[in-house]
Amino acid sequence: MQKRFVSIWFCHLLADWQLIRRPELAAVPFVFAAADHGRKIITSVSQLAHEAGIEKGMRAADAKAICAGLEILDDKPGRPAQLLRGLGDWCIRYAPIVSIDEFGMDSLLLDVSGCTHLWGGEREYIKEIITKFKSKGYTVRLAMADTTGAAWAVSRWGKRTPLIQPGGHTEALLSLPPEALRLDDALIMKLRKLGFSQIKTFIGMPRSVLRRRFGEAFLLRLAQAIGTEEEVLTPLQPVLPFQERLSCLEPIKTRTGIEIAITKLLECMCKRLQEEGKGLRTGILTGHRIDGKMVQIAIGTSAATHSVSHLFKLFQLKIDQIKPGLGIELFILDAPKTGDVEVPQGAMWTATPGLDDQSVTQLLDRVAGKVGASAIHRYLPATRYWPERSIKGAVSLSEKPVADWSTSRPRPTELLRQPDPIEVMALIPDHPPKFFIYKGVQHQVAKADGPERIEREWWLDEGEHRDYYQVEDDKGQRYWLFRSGHYGVEKKYKWFIHGFFA
Amino acid sequence: MPGVMEAKRDLIHRLQQDILQWQGYKTTSASACGKIGLGTIESAFPGGVFPKRAIHEFITVIPEDAAASDGFIAGVLASLMEDGAACVWVSTSRRLFPASLSTFNVAPERIIFIDVNTEREALWITEEALKCEGLAAVVAELNEISLIESRRLQLAVESSGVTGFILRKDGRKTASTVATARWQISPLPSVTEEGMPGLGFPRWQVDLLKVRNGNPGSYVMEWAGDRFEEIEQSRKYETLPEQEGLKFG
Repeated sequence: MQKRFVSIWFCHLLADWQLIRRPELAAVPFVFAAADHGRKIITSVSQLAHEAGIEKGMRAADAKAICAGLEILDDKPGRPAQLLRGLGDWCIRYAPIVSIDEFGMDSLLLDVSGCTHLWGGEREYIKEIITKFKSKGYTVRLAMADTTGAAWAVSRWGKRTPLIQPGGHTEALLSLPPEALRLDDALIMKLRKLGFSQIKTFIGMPRSVLRRRFGEAFLLRLAQAIGTEEEVLTPLQPVLPFQERLSCLEPIKTRTGIEIAITKLLECMCKRLQEEGKGLRTGILTGHRIDGKMVQIAIGTSAATHSVSHLFKLFQLKIDQIKPGLGIELFILDAPKTGDVEVPQGAMWTATPGLDDQSVTQLLDRVAGKVGASAIHRYLPATRYWPERSIKGAVSLSEKPVADWSTSRPRPTELLRQPDPIEVMALIPDHPPKFFIYKGVQHQVAKADGPERIEREWWLDEGEHRDYYQVEDDKGQRYWLFRSGHYGVEKKYKWFIHGFFA
Repeated sequence: MPGVMEAKRDLIHRLQQDILQWQGYKTTSASACGKIGLGTIESAFPGGVFPKRAIHEFITVIPEDAAASDGFIAGVLASLMEDGAACVWVSTSRRLFPASLSTFNVAPERIIFIDVNTEREALWITEEALKCEGLAAVVAELNEISLIESRRLQLAVESSGVTGFILRKDGRKTASTVATARWQISPLPSVTEEGMPGLGFPRWQVDLLKVRNGNPGSYVMEWAGDRFEEIEQSRKYETLPEQEGLKFG
C-alpha cells in the first residue's frame, strides 16, 4: 500500500495552550522563558509577541525592552513533550500510529496509510484535523506526503499546498530551504555559508561529496525526506507483543503441571488474540528453571488460529522435550508470528468439506509438529512431459492448480523413483519387447501400446530421449517400459522399467 | 398363500436385522448410505451398502498387486471424494504417481501425501487422520499391523466416519486384524473392443476374502474410463481364447 504521512505542526504550542487555560491573555503579548546560566532565555513566543518582533532565544530583559507590556511566564522543562503526548493520544482517532517529532518537539507525525478514505479523501482529512484543532484553540499547519521528512518540511516551510500528491514529494522539497531537512544549527550555518539556500542546489550532488562535507547524518536526513531510507516512527501507543507470563509459587516438574501451565497461558493469549481478530502462527514456550537455565519448545501452525484445544495439542506433542530439572518457576509464552484469522461463519449443518476444512489444517499441524512439515506433500500438475517433472509440490494448502491434469497419455499408477534396468528381447527397430526379465522373472508380453517418445529437457540435463511402451504380460500385469535412446550398432541403448499400471 | 410367504420374508428380514445388531453392527445414518458404483460387490456387505465407516484391508504382496489395489482404491475414492473432501495418503515407501489418479476421476491436488520414515510414525498419523472428520478417506501403506493397533483404528473410524484403506504387504499375518473387509486385487488381462491392438481398460480380479457380517466373494471388475463395470464371469471366459490368439498372433 502507498505509504502516506501527515505532519501536524503546532505553530505556537505553549502559547496556544496557555491561551486556552487563560483566555484573558488574548490581548497581551506574552512569552515563556526559562533560566539559563543566570539569565532568562525566551523559549516560546505568542502570536502578539512575535508580531512585536520578539524571537525565540532572546534574553527576557531585551524582550521586555522591545515590548513594554510583555508578560513573561515561567517555562517548565518537558512541558512540550507532555502536551504533545496528550495531543497525540487524542490523535489516535485519525491514525493508529502517532508519534512525537523528537527533533522539533512541536509537531506530531502520523502514519495515515489507508486511513484517509474514512474521512472521504485526503483533502477532507486534512481539513477535518485543522478545523478540529482550531476549534480547540491550537493553530496548526499540516502537510501530507509520502515520507515523514517531506511532510515535516512542507508543514513548516511549504508555501503552496499542504497536500503533496503521491510521488511528488521530491519535487515539493526542491524549493524549500535546507532547514526543512531537520538538520542541526551548525550544519545549516555551514550550508548557508556555502550558498546552499534551497534544497535543489545540492540535492543532485554526488553522495560521496556531500558525505565528506556534511557527514552521514546529513545524508540520512536527506534520504529520509526523499524516501530512499525508511524512517521508523515510534508509536505513542506501542503495539503490545503477544506474550503471556505465568510464574509459579512452587517449581513445576511434572508433566501434568506443565500441561496446566500451558493451558493457562494459552487461555490468556487466545482470549486476546480472539479479541483482536488474530491467530497464532508460531508459538514459543520458554520455561525458566530454578537453576537459571532455560528450556524452550516451539510450535508452528499452517493457518493462524486461536483455538486453545488445537494449540494445546500441538504443545502436548513437544512436552517430552522439556527437561524440567529441579523445576520450572516461570513460564513465558511468546507468539512472535501472528496472522489474521478469517472467522468462518458458523454452519448450521455440516459445511462443505475440503482442504481448507479446519479439522484438516489442525491435523496437518499436529503431523507437522510430530514428524516435521517436510513429510507433508501435495502435488499440482506441471506443464511438462518428462514424467518425473510432470508434477510439482504445492507450496501451501490453498494453492490451486494452474493447469489441468492431463489424461490424454497413459501414466502408471505406481512410478518408480529410479527406472530399473531390465533385460529385453525386442524386434528392431520400433517394436515393443517380446519378453522382458525384471528381478529374475521372465514376463511374456501379450499386448503393448506405444511407443510414446518423451524428449529430454535438454536445457536442464543431458542424455537420451525415452520411448515408452505400455505392456501387459500374459498374466495381465501391466508395466511401463522404456528404451533409452535410438537403436544403433555402436550406440548403446538400454531398456528400463519405470512403473506399474493398475 | 402369497400373503404367508410375504409375512415369512418380513419375519426373516427382521430377524436378520436383529442378528446384525446383536453382532455389534451399527446401521449407518441416511447420509452415509448411497451407492459408490461397485455394483454387485456392494450387495456382499451387510444391508447391501458399502461400509464407509470402516477399515478396508488390501493384501498386496507383489508390486503389480499394489498397483492394481491403488487403482481400485482410487476408483472408490472418486465417489467418496465427490463432494470436494480431501484424502490423506500415509506411506513409508510411496510409489503412487499422483498424476495417474486423474484417470480414476480423483483430483490429485486434493490428496495430501504424508511420507514418513518409520512404521510407528505412519501408524500414529493414520490413527490421527482417521479421527479427523473433515477427511473423506485415509489410505495407509502399512507393512505390519497388530490386532490392538487395528482395533484402535477401527474405534477411530467408528466415531469419525472416515473410510480407512490399509494396504498391507505381509500376506502371512492376515488373520490378526479386525478389519471390516479384506480385499485382494490382482490384475487380469485387459480386453480391447473387437480385438483391436493395444491395451484395454484396466481389469482386475477382486477377491473379497473376508467381510464382517457379509458374504465373501470373487468378482471381475473393470475401470471403464469413468466408472466401475462388472464383468460377468461367463463373458470373461468367453474372451479368453481371443486373448490367447492375440498373444501368439
